[in-house]
Amino acid sequence: MSPFVEHGRLLDGGEIRRAVTRIAHEILERNKGAGRLVLAGIAARGDDLARRLAQEIERIEGVPVRVGIIDITFYRDDIGMRAEAPEVHETRIDFDITGTTVVLVDDVLFTGRTVRSAMDALVDFGRPQAIQLAVLVDRGHRELPIRADYVGKNVPTRRDEEVRVHLTETDGEDAVVVGENVPDRMGEEERTRA
Amino acid sequence: MIKHLLSINQLDRQDVVRILDTAESFREVGTRVIKKVPALRGRTVVNLFYEDSTRTRISFEIAAKRLSADVINFSTSGSSVAKGESLKDTALTLQAMGADAIVIRHSSSGAPSTLSRWVTASVLNAGDGTHEHPTQALLDLFTIREHFPSFEGLRVAVVGDVRHSRVARSLTFAMAKMGGQVTLVGPPTLIPPEAPAWGAEVSHDLDGVLPKADVCYMLRVQRERQRQQFFPSVREYSRLFGLSRARVEALPETALIMHPGPMNRGVEIASDVADLPRAVITDQVTNGIAVRMSLLYLMLGGGRGADESSSEQASAAEEVARA
Repeated sequence: MSPFVEHGRLLDGGEIRRAVTRIAHEILERNKGAGRLVLAGIAARGDDLARRLAQEIERIEGVPVRVGIIDITFYRDDIGMRAEAPEVHETRIDFDITGTTVVLVDDVLFTGRTVRSAMDALVDFGRPQAIQLAVLVDRGHRELPIRADYVGKNVPTRRDEEVRVHLTETDGEDAVVVGENVPDRMGEEERTRA
Repeated sequence: MIKHLLSINQLDRQDVVRILDTAESFREVGTRVIKKVPALRGRTVVNLFYEDSTRTRISFEIAAKRLSADVINFSTSGSSVAKGESLKDTALTLQAMGADAIVIRHSSSGAPSTLSRWVTASVLNAGDGTHEHPTQALLDLFTIREHFPSFEGLRVAVVGDVRHSRVARSLTFAMAKMGGQVTLVGPPTLIPPEAPAWGAEVSHDLDGVLPKADVCYMLRVQRERQRQQFFPSVREYSRLFGLSRARVEALPETALIMHPGPMNRGVEIASDVADLPRAVITDQVTNGIAVRMSLLYLMLGGGRGADESSSEQASAAEEVARA
């Protein structure tokens, strides 16, 4: 993994925990309970967040909520535009989503292209009554007419910055950091020079 | 990822693992109500079959269709080939029509390799003469991996008409690469003298091999390729090298029975043996689609060269941000 120059921390562990709790309350309020609710996390990180949201919803409402994982790779709009075929992750939705309200869960909302792909993937599994979107961080710079229904934190960023969400499940800590991927750019310059 | 798939020997261990891992995801796609993903929309795959094959052609066709690629089936009978067109002219014609991948089966060993030097499209070897059948070996590895945690030290008995079998060659190379041990079993006339150089052991005694086999892989007796008499009678062959019910008893309890199809029931495999739960022959067929989807995706899902459009950069940045 290439080194990453950190500009600052946007959220710490406690803030992430409180954001998840607040989003869980908002989801329940908007949908008047957890009756027809299911969660679908976008792999990697979105699925971990979806499981945390499900735990919170169950704690608050006392009913279990089903969680699926969606990998959007096959639905990307840039396949064939990169040197290598993008790496594929697991998709697992082992319940029928027809008639449910699906809350898509992702870590960072940026261009909106991932969410577009995820909605395409989702409707191949059935016809939900509604699809809503929950994200931990909305960093702006949308390229598609997509907005989130539930947002942990809105963060103004520069387009060339990167927002990284670290979660204990995969990264050993809870934090949201903003920074720049310097070596990548240096690599590019070297390639141009060569 | 590789541009062409001509032989198992082009792949290293990591390539094989990546192909099998990606195939796992496509296996899941095959269980959905809508078994189709848009990954290869706008790509064209041509099936160019100079030799009859129903299952491999259909498998590739389904694989390409489930990836949303357009599929053209070019069968040589009743086509320009029957009118005398050469392989090169046929290939150049297909390329001029915009084929992104050519899946070729040919009775001459090496035809796919030659073809790959003439065209810019990706070439996938779907069986060439008695040389190789790499996609079959990969689907066999995938099926074996569903039942065993590792290929390391796994003992595979490949039984029957090894001489005419490109499946046996590809599977032997593949297993050797992944750390398994292959024993080729058959009458001396049907084991080619160069077989030990493939990295396999050779035996002519099936009953001696079975108790130590984790996988018993039965080959079809390819009578259409046999230009001379290689064994006295089908009956004798079946008695000495056929997988009977009694021989299944000699296998370890966890051993799998595999066959690349089409089977000659009653010749190399007894009919009731082919229907046992541990005979994973139909799983091999199902997995073949997933493995071929994986290969088409990995070979065609990457670069159309250095395309530096703005949306690519945005998505690349997003991907990094997500990673």
